[in-house]
Amino acid sequence: MTATAETEKMLTPEIEAFIEKWREKPGNLIMILHRVQEEFGYIPRQAAFEVADALNIPVAKIYGVITFYHFFKLSKPGRNQIAICMGTACYLKGGQDLIDECERILGVGLNTVTEDGEFSVEAVRCIGCCGLAPVLTVNGKVYGGVTTKQISKIIDQYDER
Amino acid sequence: MAYKNYILVCAGTACESSKGVALYEALEKELKERGVEAEAQLVKTGCFGFCEQGPIVKILPDETFYVKVGPEHAKEIVSEHIVKGRKVEALLYDKGQAKTADEIEFYQKQQRIVLRNCGVINPEYIDEYIARDGYAALEKVLFEMTPDDVIDELKAAGLRGRGGAGFPTGLKWSFTKNAQSDQKYVVCNADEGDPGAYMDRSTAEGDPHSILEAMTIAGYTVGANQGFIYIRAEYPLAIERLENAIAQAREYGLLGNNILGTDFSFDIELRLGAGAFVCGEETALLASIEGKRGMPIPRPPFPAVKGLWGKPTVINNVETWANVPMIILKGSTWFSSIGTATSKGTKVFALTGKINNSGLIEVPMGTTLREIIYDIGGGIKGGKKFKAAQTGGPSGGVITEEFLDTPIDYESLQSIGSMMGSGGMIVMDEDDCMIDVTKFYLEFTVDESCGKCAPCRIGGRTNYNILDKISKGQGTMEDLEKLKDLAQAMRKASLCGLGQTAPNPVMSTMKYFADEYRAHIIDKKCPAGKCKDLLSYTIIEDKCVGCTACARVCPVSCISGEVKKPHEIDQSKCIKCGQCFGKCKFDAILKG
Repeated sequence: MTATAETEKMLTPEIEAFIEKWREKPGNLIMILHRVQEEFGYIPRQAAFEVADALNIPVAKIYGVITFYHFFKLSKPGRNQIAICMGTACYLKGGQDLIDECERILGVGLNTVTEDGEFSVEAVRCIGCCGLAPVLTVNGKVYGGVTTKQISKIIDQYDER
Repeated sequence: MAYKNYILVCAGTACESSKGVALYEALEKELKERGVEAEAQLVKTGCFGFCEQGPIVKILPDETFYVKVGPEHAKEIVSEHIVKGRKVEALLYDKGQAKTADEIEFYQKQQRIVLRNCGVINPEYIDEYIARDGYAALEKVLFEMTPDDVIDELKAAGLRGRGGAGFPTGLKWSFTKNAQSDQKYVVCNADEGDPGAYMDRSTAEGDPHSILEAMTIAGYTVGANQGFIYIRAEYPLAIERLENAIAQAREYGLLGNNILGTDFSFDIELRLGAGAFVCGEETALLASIEGKRGMPIPRPPFPAVKGLWGKPTVINNVETWANVPMIILKGSTWFSSIGTATSKGTKVFALTGKINNSGLIEVPMGTTLREIIYDIGGGIKGGKKFKAAQTGGPSGGVITEEFLDTPIDYESLQSIGSMMGSGGMIVMDEDDCMIDVTKFYLEFTVDESCGKCAPCRIGGRTNYNILDKISKGQGTMEDLEKLKDLAQAMRKASLCGLGQTAPNPVMSTMKYFADEYRAHIIDKKCPAGKCKDLLSYTIIEDKCVGCTACARVCPVSCISGEVKKPHEIDQSKCIKCGQCFGKCKFDAILKG
């Protein structure tokens, strides 16, 4: 666990303060990991090591938790994150077609990032907007009743290339 | 009342995403510009439920119900309705009829107990909740009732858990109350994992205090002083509203030390989920709150006796909690007069899929599916034929046409091979393939299986592989027997509800749609035209005029032919995307 000793600290003072606040509370690990992901968009390996140091727990325990839960990411997502809802209502109304179209336009598969790091596409579980199915979100903004034709327009709004 | 009008604007996730925020701001600006801020108060409310027609604006006191309102309509609403007192005809539901919310079919058969405050109060202000008798139940419990009185009242009311299994709530609380321990906990399960359901999200967003009040009542009843709300990280708005509500309740002395001046102390903290369906299972959920991998453990001992950190823990889901204050206030006699012999009160459903009025509904137990789908839901979209409704999500089963008149309660749904579940209700029409939908659910449960026990981990995967084979036209009739055997093993031997119920969609569709399975296996056809491997698109020579529209839209350029002459599809290259079928104006492409 000396991997962090020589390099610069990755956790920001804010995250360290957050860890301090939660240190004595049992069951704090998941809340701390949420905070780390909020900062970096994923859980960087070095950050996991630093959290392990701070909480004095094995890194294996941290990776056990990260890999168990879908929400935690191990690699850096695109600058723009496209998430297509694959809840049942969205699936029935053509969620898969939206995924296919996104993959076609961006030339990447699910859960991968475009080479320039601009976009990533992922399929997510129900986001609870079933009345608007099919739904996708870009950086958290919800688009409802999306057709395959609208996808390129939506992507264009975020494309700064 | 200083205000002449109240303008209620939905601020639920669904409406917010369809420009609800911009609408609110536009109305605010317009009121200011016209100088009528003092006449009309703008109120951000929770979900009205009628998501299909959102964003919704309701104006009081005349109960005008405007639908599909955009920021561009703000000017008209203010200048016409607020200033001149004339309704904006174009925005009314059922144009021109000026129906109030209660007169709209969507609301007529509904009875709102859980959703009583959703779409009525501003969930961000505790005073509005209090004005609607909020925290009166807590006061009554603290000053007039003993813990045993509370439990007796819940038992007499017949409230059962709304998470799906339907365990009697009063009994559950009594186990924890009677357990001896120095420390006990109260937990709210807001880890709504069923894909296609959002009852709990809307309740937490629209009426967060009802959950806090109920949990505090439980704390007093069982002797706990700490509560946790376990909520999905995917629901940021609900998290924000709950955090805000907790802070306000603390400020008012309704949470924290010496609540309402008594010697009872209770506080609540949020814990975020991280996207694991299995954490809806109570022992897995508790493991997750403890910061561990969310894996279930065998029961008994039940959490009521040995739960969070080994201490007795009452755990209920959001909808169950939201019922509690009303039962305390209005009494068990009132509550038990609603519903059927075994299932009391109401049930909230997220009505979605191929239905006209998609939205959040609350109906008395005993309402039939036909009433829900046709009277409230307004029937199937596009005049298509009803095929099935799925309740209970990936753990439930399908309900077919012949059972539409079954009164909905825990027992009746189970007897026809489905289950109440947490409240997802997905309507499917003739275009939906049952094998495809079943495969979708199996893929879900395979992906969400925690992998701890073999029946679920291996059985689920094998089930999925067989369904996948069938959907590709490679299945055999023996495969159906295998599915049955596997289902039996999974039901008997899986550790938790996820594995035990995962075969339900297969068993249910095999029972009610046996002919569809046969069509895939024997005829190698998908009657609904969903399973791509069993589909082919061909051009009918006589009908094709050679407009080239299909050839231009084809993403793999497999359609060839000269202009004004019949075209042809190269079957070896076709990826069956169906774009040509959608593009042809002459019905010259045959799908089958």
